[in-house]
Amino acid sequence: MKHVITALVENQPGVLARVVGLISGRGYNIESLNVAPTQDPNMSRMTIKVPGDDHVLEQVTRQLNKLVDVIRVSDLTGRRHLSRELVLVDVLAPAAKRAEVVQLAALFGARVASVQVRSVTLEMVGDEDTISNLLTLLKPHGIQDIARTGEIAVARGG
Amino acid sequence: MKTGAACVIDGLKKAGVKTIFGIPGGQVLDLFAALYHAPFEFILTRHEQGATHMADGYSRATGKVGCCLVTSGPGATNTVTGLATAYMDGIPMVCISGQVPSHMIGNDAFQEADTTGITRPVTKHNYLVKSVNDLPRIIAEAFQIAASGKPGPVLIDIPKDVQRATMTDAGATRQVIRQGKQPDLKGDPRRIRALADAINKAQRPLLYVGGGVIAGDAARELTALARKAGIPVTTTLMGLGAFPETDPLALRMLGMHGSVPANKAVSECDLLIAVGARFDDRVTGKISEFAPKAIKAHIDIDPSAIDKSVRTHIAVLGHVRHVLKALTPQVRAIRRTPWLRQIHAWQKAYPLTYERNASDLLPQFVIEQVDAVTRGNAIIVTDVGQHQMWATHFFRYTRPRTFLSSGGLGTMGYGLPAAIGAQAGLRDRTVITLAGDGSIQMNFQELVVAVEHDLPVKVIILNNGCLGMVRQWQEMFYKSEYSASQLGQSGRAKNERIRSTTNGYLPDFVKMAEAHGAVGMRVSKNREVQPALRKALAIHRPVVIECIVRPDENVYPMVPPGASLNEMIHSMA
Ligand SMILES: Cc1cc2nc3c(=O)[nH]c(=O)nc-3n(C[C@H](O)[C@H](O)[C@H](O)COP(=O)(O)OP(=O)(O)OC[C@H]3O[C@@H](n4cnc5c(N)ncnc54)[C@H](O)[C@@H]3O)c2cc1C
Ligand SMILES: Cc1ncc(C[n+]2csc(CCOP(=O)(O)OP(=O)(O)O)c2C)c(N)n1
Repeated sequence: MKHVITALVENQPGVLARVVGLISGRGYNIESLNVAPTQDPNMSRMTIKVPGDDHVLEQVTRQLNKLVDVIRVSDLTGRRHLSRELVLVDVLAPAAKRAEVVQLAALFGARVASVQVRSVTLEMVGDEDTISNLLTLLKPHGIQDIARTGEIAVARGG
Repeated sequence: MKTGAACVIDGLKKAGVKTIFGIPGGQVLDLFAALYHAPFEFILTRHEQGATHMADGYSRATGKVGCCLVTSGPGATNTVTGLATAYMDGIPMVCISGQVPSHMIGNDAFQEADTTGITRPVTKHNYLVKSVNDLPRIIAEAFQIAASGKPGPVLIDIPKDVQRATMTDAGATRQVIRQGKQPDLKGDPRRIRALADAINKAQRPLLYVGGGVIAGDAARELTALARKAGIPVTTTLMGLGAFPETDPLALRMLGMHGSVPANKAVSECDLLIAVGARFDDRVTGKISEFAPKAIKAHIDIDPSAIDKSVRTHIAVLGHVRHVLKALTPQVRAIRRTPWLRQIHAWQKAYPLTYERNASDLLPQFVIEQVDAVTRGNAIIVTDVGQHQMWATHFFRYTRPRTFLSSGGLGTMGYGLPAAIGAQAGLRDRTVITLAGDGSIQMNFQELVVAVEHDLPVKVIILNNGCLGMVRQWQEMFYKSEYSASQLGQSGRAKNERIRSTTNGYLPDFVKMAEAHGAVGMRVSKNREVQPALRKALAIHRPVVIECIVRPDENVYPMVPPGASLNEMIHSMA
């Protein structure tokens, strides 16, 4: 099962390696990972998406919690949380096709970030499913390049 | 203002360090220059692995944080085995390594290694120091991290320029570890109550006691609980000494090479109380059949140890000493006669034993004699292999910190340096290391350190001419094909025949001992053992006694790998 783990960590070198090492040392492949400072510049928030056995990931979460420069960790899987991802996608869109592509993008609330002669670059914020949907529909047009931030998540209060 | 090197010395003084083990080199010359005038005993080892095991043995024997100091590159990489050994067994230690100057890091500089990268998985925490102003905080923190919660080793990597730099802002980073990282020590009173209730209701309770009781200095509290409630006690290898093995309630060690009564009790108990133990696979055997009839309770300080391999019904997170102190007044003194009668029947039927009337010298006999001659008062340090298991069987441990052994990593070569470290910490105790002829060769060079510093450790080599534990597995599970397990001439496979014309066994341990400045003796007959031991104990110098023992003796009982504790092999049929 896919897990979304979020960790508040000290904003320091070595922390990322420590967190990632604990997960990859067990042979788990991190699907996405996002790190950025919080409102307190001494702290960063990490969001880690990793598929794996529930029991093992419960252990991993506990072990992450023990790391000295990890302040707090929680596994958001199965808990109320809000998650978003940003994607930049470059799609073939010669003049004849451009309107169609832009229209499709609009249906998803995606924005046109830049227009080139043969392609447009779309930007969209959403949850994983919606982004996957958009990409599926864009595929026949010819996707040139994709960059995704990976999911970021925060727990939601009750 | 002070230099970085002076800050380190100051920090070590504040942390109460008395003895440091290590070896100098280019990137720590400034630290060694500052050390020249410092009030510590410095023990120059002959290998950095030796330094780490000495710091580890010092820590296990005294309960204090051990300390070692090494140079960059190869000095630091040589510490990896020692750090991993301490990490697996939860031993507090601080290791300081030198690093190339900050501006050269990452450039493949001479003697550069990514020490924090390499040691990350084998330390509880590590630091690469960026600014001299951070040093006072980091040193203080390192000792605190090493000793708190589940203890463990911490490494501090200090680039040469940081050692030489002058502090500009002493108070810059006074922040010590964030609150909230400190685990709850007291334990949840409701869970302690629930555990007390379970104990009061149980018909066949059993205490399964581990290294956490020794780390947490709670042997007295544990013994009080067991005796008040009349609960039999089995210990892990790491827990030996936490409960007196001379007590009628003592079932001795459990697990793969545990006693039959201990393993039978695990299989039959209706309440298993794990106290500072981590359900290691050498202990549980087949996990699904471990303590199948029992409600399982677990007292541990490490949240990640709870439910790791065995799901528990009652978990109390906290420091053993605090939890036991709160628990004992709530348990009732109950006489569970049928259970105790059963236990005593097992103890009578299945004592740990061996061929007592053998005409050739047996390793078990030697260990029994050590126990007799020292009247159980020695600190026993082992290497890894069969002799390690026999040391758990034929010596009765009655006090904590008297059995030092690499349990989790199983590091051959641990014994001699750890014994030296233990003796450096406790100069007036008798320290004896039991070694195999394989293991002892891994760190024999450290014997000179014992001689130089007047640390009168006694080294007993049980020479069976082979890597005995490996040989035993090959005999039992690999058709008696002794691939690479014979140290002598005979019995070797075709592709490992000795080509030279040396006759007999190499090396000559008696000459080795003498060449290192120690006393060497050799015994090969039963009647020679006691006199040799007495003589060795009377000499206030390091002594090596080589005992030529039967080459193919096996350790029994044994739970075969993957089997349940109920399926013990008692002897080769
Ligand atoms: C060849 C070989 C054979 C072996 N065979 C056996 C065998 O037959 N039987 C056996 O028992 N072992 C055996 N071992 C050792 C085994 O591998 C483990 O090292 C050992 O069983 C672990 O002991 P432990 O559970 O007490 O854990 P330790 O490693 O000592 O861990 C201590 C536990 O206590 C906790 N703790 C620490 N401090 C505190 C505190 N203050 N309060 C509360 N909790 C605390 C820790 O978090 C940890 O969970 C063998 C080793 C070798 C090399
Ligand atoms: C550093 C290291 N290498 C290899 C092993 C694997 N190993 C475990 S026991 C053993 C044999 C030990 O032989 P010896 O020290 O002579 O002790 P004996 O078993 O004969 O008592 C070996 C090679 C180990 N535990 N540690």
